Amino acid sequence: MAELATNTPPSSPEVTPENEKVISPWKEAWKTFRKNKIALFGLGIVVFFILLAIFADSIAPYEMNGQKLADKHLAPSSEHWFGTDDFGRDILTRVIYGARISLWVGFVSVSGSIIIGSLLGIVAGYYGRWIDGIISRIFDILLAFPSILLAIAVVAILGPSLQNALIAIAIINVPTFGRLIRSRVLSVKEEEYITAARAIGMSDMRILFHHVLPNSMAPIIVQGSLAIATAIIEAAALGFLGLGAQAPTPEWGKMLADSKDFLTDAPWTLFFPGLAIMLTVLGFNLIGDGLRDALDPRMKN
Amino acid sequence: MAEPLVKVENLKKHFPVNGGIFGKKIGEVKAVDGVSFFINKGETLGLVGESGCGKSTTGRMLLRLLEPSEGSIYFEGRDITKLSKGELRKIRREMQMVFQDPFASLNPRHTVEKILEEPLIVHGMKSSAERKKRVRELLEIVGLNSYHAKRYPHQFSGGQRQRIGIARALAVNPKLIIADEPVSALDVSIQSQVLNLLQDLQEEFDLTYLFIAHDLGVVRHISDRVGVMYLGRIVELSDSEPLYENPKHPYTKALLSAVPIPDVEHQSERVILQGDVPSPSNPPKGCPFHTRCPQAMEECANKQPLFKEVEKGHYVACHLYK
Repeated sequence: MAELATNTPPSSPEVTPENEKVISPWKEAWKTFRKNKIALFGLGIVVFFILLAIFADSIAPYEMNGQKLADKHLAPSSEHWFGTDDFGRDILTRVIYGARISLWVGFVSVSGSIIIGSLLGIVAGYYGRWIDGIISRIFDILLAFPSILLAIAVVAILGPSLQNALIAIAIINVPTFGRLIRSRVLSVKEEEYITAARAIGMSDMRILFHHVLPNSMAPIIVQGSLAIATAIIEAAALGFLGLGAQAPTPEWGKMLADSKDFLTDAPWTLFFPGLAIMLTVLGFNLIGDGLRDALDPRMKN
Repeated sequence: MAEPLVKVENLKKHFPVNGGIFGKKIGEVKAVDGVSFFINKGETLGLVGESGCGKSTTGRMLLRLLEPSEGSIYFEGRDITKLSKGELRKIRREMQMVFQDPFASLNPRHTVEKILEEPLIVHGMKSSAERKKRVRELLEIVGLNSYHAKRYPHQFSGGQRQRIGIARALAVNPKLIIADEPVSALDVSIQSQVLNLLQDLQEEFDLTYLFIAHDLGVVRHISDRVGVMYLGRIVELSDSEPLYENPKHPYTKALLSAVPIPDVEHQSERVILQGDVPSPSNPPKGCPFHTRCPQAMEECANKQPLFKEVEKGHYVACHLYK
């Protein structure tokens, strides 16, 4: 190192103009996601169901709970595309309204568990020591139960209703997100830019919300989209067991439960709600897989 | 001589080693074990030593990113080891750090503008327009273009990123910059550019540096004085030239003999050290270096040598010099 070059800034070969386009990490992830045909298909399904849910009132051909006992168990026809159930209610209408309930349960319960889980996970991961010990043991206890059993227990305590099913689903997902965030925080807080942030003199709160949290989001988003799918299944399962939505709410799981006695006489009563559940869950799973591919590999140059 | 900007006295950092079923303390790693030095205003103190000798730990303790186990650090006469969290945050604008890995020390999700703006926000520059102006100014100071502000760190090369790291440290007009191996992660061709930048900035803003490195050549180029660390202690500290021309401590001699000299005719006498660095959790009794020292004497194994001035401004901790 005897001779040293003069201090000239490295000139980049492409002289970039003032208005060069800058791609943020999120935009880059979206670009990767967009190339994934299967994930886009999943997104399409989910958007379709979201639109159904939003515009249910104008799309649905009949009234949600309109009974017409004379038209009981009609097979699919041009009048009733999906047929009618044992009270003569139009199944297509009920499946459309069911989208509202299922998506609502999925989004709200998962948002709830993300918020609570992230908060607990961040505190556990960042502060460590005994706080971490207590929070992690709570997670362990919750995870020790099979999730559906825990949900049933929670609903049994709170009483069967759609809202309580939602709370139960939120609770059983908390430890999953909590652990995920905790492990991310544990690794992110050792990163040098966190040390740099402390060296600058930032407060803990600012470090947590401006540096640690944004860098911990990617796996949460992936897990979140997959968890919505599970939440919808769990809501349907609770509905099927009579612990979720109560009659006459057109909840898909509840519809399955109501029609199981007529499986041989009127299979369409069972088929269409089941298909709706399957498609929504498939959609969210495909999105989740696509997001994982787009977000998980380390930031590319 | 005027009061030094930084004075460190008997600084120690012992990391506890926990083990067993109940996480009881079963030992400790003496990462830094009694280090004393001072840095005058406007000078550069180089700190060299092999990996794990405690140089980075010392640097981090100076900023209190790590809490010292013992000892005191005076910054402009104030003992910063006794400051409360709030006071500490205020004093952080006086001392900043440049990190080793320019790929890890910048938040990948923030634009350069955000990265450089943050220290300004934290230290109370309210007006957004003023901050933006300062960001552009900083970018130009470190030799980047102001339009780079909108980019993300991954769009820069290592050298450019390190410039951003330097700009971030400069943002709040600090007096002291601790540079923790700022060029070790860079290509040799880029190293010199960054070193020269650091020197230019020192002149321009009257900065004081603590320059931590393991590359003796780099340290020689930039430092006014150099301290050599071994196993958590400073074994030799002197002005840069005397240390390189006339090293006293056997460890320093061995280190210097390992520096490659770009001359085929040159036949250097390599002092080859035997064995490994002893574990800092169980440092040898007496002089920490005696297990590998080619000139070890009997007393070295029993008595720890004092750190004393053998020539003017040249301090050595070795029994060879009485």
